[in-house]
Formats: sequence, C-alpha cells, structure tokens
Amino acid sequence: MIIHHPLLGPRDSSEFVYLGDASLIDRPDWQDDDAVTAFHDYAYLRDNPAGLHRELWFHEGGDRSWLVVTRNTVTHEITGVELARDVARAQGRSK
Amino acid sequence: MHDLVAITALGGSEPHVDTVGTVTCTEVPKVALASVAARAGREAEARKALEKLIGASAPDVGQFGGDVVSAFWTGPDQWMVEAPFDTHEELAHPTKDCVGHTASVSEQTDAWTRFDLEGTDVRAALELLCNLNCQKMGAGETARTSIHHLGCFVLCRSTGLFSLYGPRSSAGSLHHAIVAAMKSAL
Amino acid sequence: MTQDNRLSGGQIDRTKTLNFKFDNRSYAAHPGDTLASALLANGVRLMGRSFKYHRPRGVLTAGSEEPNAIVELRSGDRQEPNTRATTIEMFDGLEARSQNRWPSLKFDALAINDRFSNFLSAGFYYKTFMWPAAFWEKLYEPMIRRAAGLGSLSMQEDPDEYDKGFRHCDLLIIGAGPSGLAAALTAGRAGSDVILADEDFALGGRLNSETFTLNDRPADEWVAQTVAELSAMPNVRLMPRTTVIGAFDHGIYGAVERTGDHLATLPSGKPRQILWRIYSQRALLCAGATERPIAFENNDRPGVMLASALRTYANRFATTAAQRVAIFTNNDDGHRTAADLHNKGVKIAAVVDVRPDVPINYDYEVLAGAQVVDTKGRLGLSFVEVKLADGSKRTLDCGALGVSGGWNPNVHLTCHQRGRPIWNEDLAAFVPGADLPPGLTVAGAANGMMSTHGALQSGAQAAVEALELGGALPDLPKAEDAQVSQTPYWYVPGCARAWLDQQNDVTVKDVKLSHQEGFRSVEHLKRYTTLGMATDQGKTSNMGGLAIMAELAGKSIPETGTTIFRPPYTPVSIGTLAGRMKGQEFHPTRLTPSHYWAKERGAVFVEVGNWLRAQWFPLPGEMHWRESVDREVRQTRASVGVCDCTTLGKIDVQGTDAADFLNRIYCNGFAKLAVGKTRYGLMLREDGIAMDDGTAGRMAEDHFVVTTTTANAVKVYQHMEFVRQCLFPDMDVQLISTTEAWAQYAVAGPNSRKLLQKIVDPEFDISNQGFPFMACANITVCGGLRARLFRISFSGELAFEIAVPSRYGDALMRRLMQEGEEFNVVPYGTEALGVMRIEKGHAAGNELNGTTTALNLGMGRMVSKKKDSIGSTLSEREGLNEADALNMVGVKPVNSEDKITAGAHLMDASGPVDAAHDQGYITSAAFSPSLDSHIGLGFLKNGGDRQGEKMRLVSPLTDLTVEVEIVSAHFVDPEGERLRA
Repeated sequence: MIIHHPLLGPRDSSEFVYLGDASLIDRPDWQDDDAVTAFHDYAYLRDNPAGLHRELWFHEGGDRSWLVVTRNTVTHEITGVELARDVARAQGRSK
Repeated sequence: MHDLVAITALGGSEPHVDTVGTVTCTEVPKVALASVAARAGREAEARKALEKLIGASAPDVGQFGGDVVSAFWTGPDQWMVEAPFDTHEELAHPTKDCVGHTASVSEQTDAWTRFDLEGTDVRAALELLCNLNCQKMGAGETARTSIHHLGCFVLCRSTGLFSLYGPRSSAGSLHHAIVAAMKSAL
Repeated sequence: MTQDNRLSGGQIDRTKTLNFKFDNRSYAAHPGDTLASALLANGVRLMGRSFKYHRPRGVLTAGSEEPNAIVELRSGDRQEPNTRATTIEMFDGLEARSQNRWPSLKFDALAINDRFSNFLSAGFYYKTFMWPAAFWEKLYEPMIRRAAGLGSLSMQEDPDEYDKGFRHCDLLIIGAGPSGLAAALTAGRAGSDVILADEDFALGGRLNSETFTLNDRPADEWVAQTVAELSAMPNVRLMPRTTVIGAFDHGIYGAVERTGDHLATLPSGKPRQILWRIYSQRALLCAGATERPIAFENNDRPGVMLASALRTYANRFATTAAQRVAIFTNNDDGHRTAADLHNKGVKIAAVVDVRPDVPINYDYEVLAGAQVVDTKGRLGLSFVEVKLADGSKRTLDCGALGVSGGWNPNVHLTCHQRGRPIWNEDLAAFVPGADLPPGLTVAGAANGMMSTHGALQSGAQAAVEALELGGALPDLPKAEDAQVSQTPYWYVPGCARAWLDQQNDVTVKDVKLSHQEGFRSVEHLKRYTTLGMATDQGKTSNMGGLAIMAELAGKSIPETGTTIFRPPYTPVSIGTLAGRMKGQEFHPTRLTPSHYWAKERGAVFVEVGNWLRAQWFPLPGEMHWRESVDREVRQTRASVGVCDCTTLGKIDVQGTDAADFLNRIYCNGFAKLAVGKTRYGLMLREDGIAMDDGTAGRMAEDHFVVTTTTANAVKVYQHMEFVRQCLFPDMDVQLISTTEAWAQYAVAGPNSRKLLQKIVDPEFDISNQGFPFMACANITVCGGLRARLFRISFSGELAFEIAVPSRYGDALMRRLMQEGEEFNVVPYGTEALGVMRIEKGHAAGNELNGTTTALNLGMGRMVSKKKDSIGSTLSEREGLNEADALNMVGVKPVNSEDKITAGAHLMDASGPVDAAHDQGYITSAAFSPSLDSHIGLGFLKNGGDRQGEKMRLVSPLTDLTVEVEIVSAHFVDPEGERLRA
C-alpha cells in the first residue's frame, strides 16, 4: 500500500507500523466518576468495520509522525491521511 | 586533550573504501551531528536560530542546506545539524548556544555511520537498496527510508553523490548491503 | 543427435552451436532456442511423465502456460525442480532431467497407475486414505509423497544470490507484444517514464511467432526498429526476462527479473533473479492471449500440442515437432498454423475442422465437420483417429497434432484484487471486467482485441488515455485486421479419458464425476478434482473444466463463474522472495562499541534481538561456561567487573514539560526528581500490565536521559511518541534516541569507584558524598573527553555506569582493563549480569513478561494514585488486585545440590500435582556462586506472606520434583548496604 503522508507525500506502507483504531486518541479522563469503566472500554472495545476505518499508523522508517489514516478495509482505498497530532488537537486534547 | 583513540563504525582506524565499477563507497567518520527539535510554540524562533547557525534558510520538508555547518530535515520542526568533526567535535554545544531555549539539542555524532556513494551509476546501486525514487532525487533533497530493515537518511548531494546515514551499531550490515548492491548492479 | 526437425528461417543464431544434455544425452542447439524448441529440433517429443498416472507427456505450449514439459534444471546444489522447458533460454552446457519417472522416462514403473485409473479418479485420495486415521501419517502420506513428487529438491543450500529492488514509473506496460510496444512508443515519445516488462527474452510477443507483415515488411523488422528506438530513450526502461507476478495495492506491481538464468555461470556478485517492487502511477496490461485446447480421447500423447505453439516453434524457433502434422481446430486460427507449416515444408496430414462449412484448401486436405476421436502411439503420437462428417472413421498418420480451440485473453492480473472477468459472447471467452485494480487498463488481445491492427491501435490509445496525453496517436504500421469470432467447442462428445488439466491429470470424466457427487461450485470442483491447482495454475485447462461443469449444471459459463486468480502469475522461487535476507543477513546485526575488543579477548557471543553481546569471557583452561561465569561473578563481587551495557535503550527527553511527560509514562512520580539524580521507573501498558522498566536521570531541569530494556527499546520509543503526539499534543517535550550515540559500561564491585577515579578527570568528585547512590552528571574523562556518569546498580554492588561517545568506547574499555589490573578487574558478559541480577532480586524481561502487574512485581505501592499515568486507572481493577495475587519471590532448593528450573511450577509440599493446585511458577534460575547454591525467582500466590514455606517445584514434562524453600527475592545484600557504600 501507499500512504500519502501529509508532509512527505506517497510513502510505502512498509515504512510504517500499524497500531489500530484511531479511537485510541480519545483517552478518558482519569478523574471521571466512571473512569474505570471508561478506561476499560477504551482499552478493550473496538469497532471492526468492513469499510471506512480511521486507524493509527506510525512512520517508524520515516519522520516518526503518527498518522490517522482513513482506509477502506475492504478495498484498501485510502481516502484521507492526517497528522495524528492535528487530529488530537482538533479533538480538544492538549497537555 | 584526552588520549582515547577513536575507531570508525566499521572498527578500523582508517575509513573503509570500496570501489565497484564507477562507484566508490567511502566510510565517512569525520562528521559531527546534533539534532535540533523546536520547542512547542517556538518553532519560528528555532528556525531563525538555525538559519544563523547554518547560514542558510532552515531546510524545509525533505531538504538540506547550509555551508560548513549544514542541516537536513528529519521531521516536523526537527533537523539534524552536520559539521566537520575535526573542527566541530562538540557540535551540540555551539548548536545549543545558538538555539537556546527555542529548541532541544542532542549530540548524535556517534548514533550514526555515514557512507558516501559517488559515481556516475550510483543510482543503479541505490535502487537495490531502498524504495525511494532516487532517479528523481535532486541535489539538496533528503529522505529517511529503510535499507535492509535499517532506518537510514539518504541525502542527494549532487547527481553522482549520495550520503547514507545508518545506525552506527549496524554499520557492518549496512556496509555489506551497500557493497552487495554495488556488485550486483554495477 | 542431429537437429533433424530444423526448418528454415527463425530467430535462432545458426552461426553458434550450443551443447546441452537432457537425461544425460547430449544434443545441439542454437542461441535463441528454448530447451523445448531444442528438444523438438532434435526429435525429442517425450519430455516427462504425468503426476498421477505417470503417462508419457510432451510439450503442449511454447510459453509460460506449459503444463507438461516440466524438468529439473542444472545439477548439484543448483538443481531446480519444476522448471518449464518452454521458457528455459538455451545456454551452452545446460543440463536438464525429466521428472516424475522411475527408473527412466521411457520405462516408468509407476505407469501401472494408468491401468488402475478407474480407481484413481477425482477424490480418490479423500475416499481411500480416510481410515484408519493412524495410517495416514505413518503409511499413506509417505507413500503418496514418494509416488507423487513434482521433481526433487537438491537438499542443499542454494549458492546463488537473489536481489530485491525498487523502481518507479509513470506507466508500467506489462507485455511487449504489438499492443505493449505501441503503448511504449506512445508514452516514451511523450517523455513519460515508462517500464516495459516482458517474461520472454525476446521482445515482440506474438509478432515473433507469426508471418504477418507490418507495413508490408516482415514484422520482426518493425519489432527490431521499435526496440531500438525505445532503448535509446532515457525515460524508457526495457525489462525483458521479467514476469510481472502480481498487481498489488495502489499501483504496486511485483516483478521477477531472471538476470542470470540464461547464463551457464553467474559472474561473481551478480544475482540470479531480482524481485522488483514497481511503483507505477498507471499500468497497462498487454499480456496477450493464450490458446485453449479441445479435449478428446487420449489427447495427452507427446506430439499433441496447441496449434499456435506449433506455429511458434516453426516461425520463431525454426523447428517442427514432426515431419508430418495434422491440425484439429474449431476456428480460422488453426488454419494459419497449417498454412505456415506447409510453407515451411512440413507435410500437413489434414486439417480437421469441427465446422461443417469451412472452405477447401488446395495445398492440403481439409476435413470439414470432422472431429479427432482418439490417438495412438506408445511414447509419442503415431496416428490420430478422425470421425468424418458422414460418421465414418479415418486414421491420419502424423507425428504431431496441433489443436486450436480459440483464444483466451490473459486476464489474470486484472483479477488480483478480487475483480471478476466478464464473458464476451463474440469471442466465447472471458475478458477483463470493470473492477480492475485502480490505475490499471488493458489493451490488445488481453482485452479481446485479437487482430494485430487492433492490438497496435488499442495499445497506443490506452497509453494516451492513461497518461492523459493530448494529440494524435503515433504512426503505427499497417497490419492485418481479421475479424475474429469464436464458437465454443470444448470437448469431443463421448470422450472420457480426455485430459483437461494435463499436469494434475484431470480428465473430462473427473469433472463429470465431481458434478455427480455434488460439487457444484467452481471453487469446489477445483479443489476436489485439483483442476488448475498445479504449477501452471490451469492456464490451458480451467476454461475447459468450467465449460463442462456449466453444461452439466445447465447453466451458462458466466453464471458458473471463474475461480479466483491470485498472485503469482507464474511460480516464484522461494529464494527470490527471500532475496539477501538469509543466513547471517537475515536481519541486521548490531555490534556493541566494545565488540572488537571482546572478540580479541575470545568472548563467546549471544544474539539478543539484533545485538551481538558478549555472553562470557572464557580464560584458558576453563572447560565449562559455568567456570567462566562463576569466576566473573565472584571477581566482580570481590573487586570490580566491567560489562558493556550500551544495548539498553537510551532516549533523550527534553522540553519544559519533560518532567510532566515522564509522570505520564511512568506509574511512579518523576516531577520532584532533583537535577543530578536518577530514579527507577516502571512503565505500564494502558491495561495495567507492566510494559518496561528502566531509569531516568535528570541532567537538567528540562532534560532527562531515559533508559529502557534492550528488548523493548524500539517499542518504548514508539509508545512515548504515541503519548506525546496523540494523547498530549501540546506538551512541550522532544524525544530522540541516543542508544547508539553513547558507549555505556557498567563498572561494578567494591573497587569500582577506585577504578573510575583513575580515569575520571580530577575536578569531578565521585566520592560517596560528592556522588551518592543514584547520582548522575555530565563529566569528562581521560583528560577532557565528554562523558556521562550514573551511579546505578543492577548487580547490587557499588556500581556506576559510564558513557562516552561510541567511537571512543573501544579505547575506554581497553583503558578500564589496563587501569583495573591492580584491582584484578574482570570483564563480565550477559550470563554473569543475569546471575547477579537474580541474586539481587531485580526483575527483568522474564518477570516483565506481559502478564505481570506492578503488584505482582512487588512494586504495587509505586503506582502513584495522585497523578494520571498510562495504566494507573486499570491497574486498580479488582481482577488484578485479588488477595491471592502472584507475588515475586525467591526460591532455593532445600538440598543445595538440586537445580531450580525456569518454567517449573510451584505446588504445596503435599497434595495433588495438577493445574488446579498450581501455586506459581519460576521465571528465572541460575547457579549463585555467592550462595553456592542454585536459586530462582518466580511468582507465587500470595508469595509476600509465604517466606520460609517448603514447597515442591515440579515440571511434569521432565519428571522433575525438587523440594524448595520460599525466600526473599533479594538473595544478596537485602538491605542495600553495598550499593550505597
């Protein structure tokens, strides 16, 4: 596969390490009342869609950016690639 | 002045040189390196400071530039500064002095081993080593890629001269791969 | 033998003669020949035996689709089984042997199988070797394997090299026939980067096999001129001998280039084959078409061939399979073969055409409305029996029969991403469907354009469209443009032992039987009969089987569908897939800075991940590794030892939020760590399980040096980047690995300070007051060399770790040895390191094994509840905090002679030994020279409260039972007095 890195352009997927569902960015707040349940769901529950899937890839063999790749799990078509850092910020994550 | 004698990454006292056909692969130990990573929110200041250090604009994505002290892009707001070892052995110090609190600096000199590949057919060997489109790389371009499972930086210095930086501890494996590719392609 | 079957003309170089051997007989050939063409020229039709019935077989085709002429090539360690004689380019000294026969090709003992064919029909193995089950492994399978066998392996290491490489292009053109060449000219002249790959060693495709003219001149003139023009273009790369084996995601194609297969000996350093990964913006499939046979009784006799193959052998290779040839066809193309052979002086026995309305020919006899119903001849064709239109029979005397059932476009690559071909009624064949791999288009015969004119035009047009080139097409030569329509004719009615898949011995009868037995899906048919499952993947047989199946089911062929096409297009050697990644080069090797010194000292090395580390340093006279290791431990604990610990991961963590960042990744607190101090840290995974441990030294307010275990260095660095970029994107923290930058040595033992004081520059105070336990600092050594010093201890002794830039690591080690002579310094390896950490009760990889928590490791109280860190919330889960949770303990044998074995389980002193009564297990074990006893670390239920308890250590697998005592994990210096000294 070819992943179009937002900064580096098309790069072979062999340079990347796959982590999984991009929902891993949504780490719960440890001080919430139901933190244990929220962390349980965060750590263990994933959707497994046949179709578009937002997932985390790490450019280990490149610039070490974490990326959010939107990929069709059926056709492998990639419809979007973003820097995970930008995605995290857009979702309100900070320090 | 200390009295410890350095060895090259390949274990010799002198750099290793191999020639196959028109291409020569030279081990280059006489280079000092320091990484520069901009502090959060101070990216513009860090670029300015880096410009002062290398005497050229801070390299953009996939570029390198500078003169005696130069730098290549390694990641978002991150660069590797390069300089001659004999005059800049402790490169991290002047680099840190220059960037101050706008960036973090780490000594990287011996984290890497450098091989320079020079010759008219150098690209024929490179296409057996990495997936970069080296045929299209122009002078001043750089990219990180994998060579036989080793994360390496490839710098195109001119049409017939490329520098490869690979992890120092694997210098032997990288050198073997380069020479095997040269023998195969040339 | 002389080349009796040579004809005039052809693309062979008669000025040179090449000698080769087949089954130990010598023959002559010419450059330009394949092994198959050379054998035919020498009158050899019998080339192999079939897989199941061991029937005599000859060559069927002239290309990579060959099912029959499968031979073993070369000898000794270069012996290669299952190569196709039709694609082997002739070289001087070539050696080949027929396969699948014993004792000889002409007399094969297992040909007896053919007599019992009634018992060996479809599903025979499934039905026969079902029971008794125990017989399968011991009797049936070895027996079948001996009998089957498609060639044999040399059982030696392949001495040749294989490469992998990467190429990029705007347009990859697969196939260099008329459409591929026209496309390459179009794209090349427009300045695009083009790769033109063809599996053949001669570019031109079918043009090399035909007598067509282009611009009223022989076609090979245009081919030569076009290839010359393309070769001169710097933007065009011609890749003959290159098979594109697969269409992968996003325009990536796999291709195997046979760079050395046509050479008698490879020049030193040159690869035999290269596996190319081709990155294409667009790709164009110009793979042509493959002729399909017609099935009839005994159609597998040597001499029965595809008509187009006979034509190729005659026109390109100037050879004929026999001096008298008959043709069996259902279409006009078969007549072309007859005409070409006739013009070359081969006697045409007759053309048998199933169509009743074919015109007569004045050069040879045409039998309209007739069919071939049987063949005769023991080891090769002698006669064919024809049923004429009026129902009468006639026997034709001929040594070869060309069969033509029409042409199938080569759609394989269009289906590699689950695309399905569609049925074309005019051609009665499958053509590429609409769901092609993205970026791929198809031209020429592969797309159903069967005329030369159509191929040339569609190739050029496809290149223009793929690259969005404006303007007119280049001048293309005038070429034949015959209308092609094909009426299907799959098999002669009434035939039974009529071969569809000649390589796997599948007949029309087998397909009928499988239908009768209920295998209605085409995928089931394939697997039950093994149709199309041999090395040729059914390129000449699948369509026939499919058509018969459709007929039996009363369905149309498109309703029945095809099986799925998968890469590779043709077989690929495992060596090619491995490339250079074999033996020592399977993965990169990492050497420590003291490697060359350690080698001089005669160290024994061990692989730890990719690292080579010194395991121990034997001295002359030491006969057993334990002697060396025990000595290294004793000497270190008595005086001072040095160990290379560069392999531990080192990560520079900088930035104003560096301390806060460490607070998030370690479960224990780091915010208050003073500058110049080091602290042990435990990292958890988010699920609360321990991930890694190490130390972090605070070199400045905004600068920490983090160490990881050797094994987890890469993973931890990646995890830290994840936390930084994805979870806390606004933290001001920067990370970079410095593992390789610094040579780091542990200097351990009561005299370690004294030794270091000899090399640390005098302005640095490393006394116990000036540099206490867990201190760290930037210092200089040996007269001004920058260095880092950490007072940390893995051995439990007074110890330091000292780091200098890697290039000086070798010299520093030599200096430490030299300066340490007065203290009887000893270098120690990973074994002694392991023994000392077990004696001290330090957890390592065996304990941080992916199942243990901080609580299990005795560090439960370290997990800070006052801050958020990765894993802290889930580490509080009930299930991880039960009263009888495992705790790390020490284990000692009651009888000091007894050994502790890692992996053994702890059971109560009495009672049953089974999983239900399991109390825990041993993770690490060693002989402790300090205690003069075997010792172990392990996990025991509620182990914290069970010190002094006597238990049984059992390993039912090895019949081990040892009486042990549970003790503190800290065997040596439990109060930690030594390391604070």
